[in-house]
Amino acid sequence: MSFKNLVSIKDYTKEDILRLLILASEFEKNPNRKLLEGKVIATLFFEPSTRTRLSFETAVNRLGGRIIGFSDASTTSSSKGETLKDTIKMVSNYADLIIMRHFLEGAARYASEVSSVPIINAGDGANQHPTQTMLDLYSIYKTQGTLEGLNITMVGDLKYGRTVHSLLMAMSHFNPTFHFVAPNSLAMPDDYIIFCKKHKIPFFIHENFTEEVINQSDILYMTRVQRERFTDLMEYENVKNIYTLHNAMLADSKPNLRVLHPLPRVNEIALDVDENPKAYYFEQALNGLYARQAIICDVLGIDI
Amino acid sequence: MRCVGYRHLIPDFSVCNYLFKYRLMKKELQVAALENGTVIDHIPPQHLFAVVSILGLSKVKNSITIGFNLASSKLGTKGIIKISDRFFEKDEIDKVALVAPNVILSVIRNYEVCEKICVELPSELMDIAKCPNPKCITNNESVSTRFKVVNKVDKMVKCRYCERVFEADNLIIR
Repeated sequence: MSFKNLVSIKDYTKEDILRLLILASEFEKNPNRKLLEGKVIATLFFEPSTRTRLSFETAVNRLGGRIIGFSDASTTSSSKGETLKDTIKMVSNYADLIIMRHFLEGAARYASEVSSVPIINAGDGANQHPTQTMLDLYSIYKTQGTLEGLNITMVGDLKYGRTVHSLLMAMSHFNPTFHFVAPNSLAMPDDYIIFCKKHKIPFFIHENFTEEVINQSDILYMTRVQRERFTDLMEYENVKNIYTLHNAMLADSKPNLRVLHPLPRVNEIALDVDENPKAYYFEQALNGLYARQAIICDVLGIDI
Repeated sequence: MRCVGYRHLIPDFSVCNYLFKYRLMKKELQVAALENGTVIDHIPPQHLFAVVSILGLSKVKNSITIGFNLASSKLGTKGIIKISDRFFEKDEIDKVALVAPNVILSVIRNYEVCEKICVELPSELMDIAKCPNPKCITNNESVSTRFKVVNKVDKMVKCRYCERVFEADNLIIR
C-alpha cells in the first residue's frame, strides 16, 4: 500500500515533523480551504472523546469534506460482536480516510494493516495519540520560535500519560533537556529513561514540584492523573492531587515560559493561572485544528 | 577397559571392543539414533514442550523422539528432540532461542553429525508468543503477534501493536 498512515509519532522523522509544522502554520493563516471537496472522511470513535473528535470534525468541515462515523460504539455492530477488522474493511469501502479512536492498544496499527484507505490514530488506549503530540509540538514551536534546545518540564502522571511519552520521543530530535516531576508511583517508565540515556538526552528527576524547577523551564507540561488508568483506586487516591500549579508559582518564571496541558484538567492547574499570559492550554487546543488539518492533507497526499 | 563378563567366552579383544561399543550404542538407541534429520539437544526440561510448540512439531508427520528429564552434565536434566528427515532453516530454528538460548542443533546425515548449529534470537518473532499486555489488540482479536527484538543481549522485545517492551522471558508461548 503506497498511502501513508499516522499510527504512532515514531512513524514521523524529524523532517516529517518540521514539514507538518510549516503546513500547520499555513492552515492557521487560513483554515477554510476546500481541499477535501468530494471526499468522505470516517470518524470511528470506539471510545468517548470530546476535544479530539470535535477538533477532527472541525478540521474536516473547514476543508470542505463530509463526515460519516460514530461517537459511541454501543450503537454500532461492535456491540453485536463484530470484529474491528470487519468494521474497518466495511468502512474503508465507503470513506477516503479513517480517523479512529479505540480503547485497545495497537488497534490503529492493526486497522492500518487491514484498511484499503489511510488511517489516522486518534488514540489507542494508553498507547499512542500522535495528533496530540503534533499539536503539542506546534504549540511549542509557535510560542518558542524553535524546537531546538528547550528546557521541558513534565509534571504529574508520567507513568500512564501517553502524551508525555510521545512528546518525549518526538522532542528527542531537537536536543531538549527534560525535567520529570512525578511521585515515585507515577514516575517516568524505565523504557523512556533508558531511551534518554541511549540518545544522550539530559534529564533530571524530581519528586517535589518547586519554583526552582519551574524557573528554569521554557515549557511546563502539566498532566492530569488519570483515574481510568489505575487498577488500584487506593493508589489513585494517594496521588490524585499531588501537584497543583498556582499563579504565584509563576512569578519568577522565564518570560518565554508557557504552560501546556493536553486537557481536560481537574485540579492540577488552579483557575487563577488561566488569566496569566503564560497559560497557553486553551490556545494549545485550538492549535489542534491546524495540526490536524495538516496531518489529514499529508496522509491523503494533498498539496496546499 | 574391562569386559569381565565376556572374557571366558570371547578371548579376542577386538571382539570385546566391538561388544563394548555395541553396549554404548545400545545406550544411545534408548533415545533413537537418526539416519537423517535433526537433533535438538540441551533443552531445559521446563521448556521442552514450548520448543515443540514453537517449531510446530505437533503438526508434522515426521517421526519424532522426545526425551524428557534425561541426565545432563551441563544442565542436571535436559530435554532432547530428534526429528527424522527434517532440516530447519536458520531463521526457523532461531525462534527456539526465545525459551532455550543454549540449545545445540545437530544436523544428522547417514548417522553422522555433519553440522552443529547454535541458536540466536532472530530480529523478529512472528506469531509464536502472546503479548503479555491484556489490553493489546492481539489479545482481543484474531491477530498474528509480532515482536521486534530490541535487545538481543538482555532479551528485550517490543510488541508491534501495543508498542510495549517486555523481557522475552515474560512472553507466553502460543
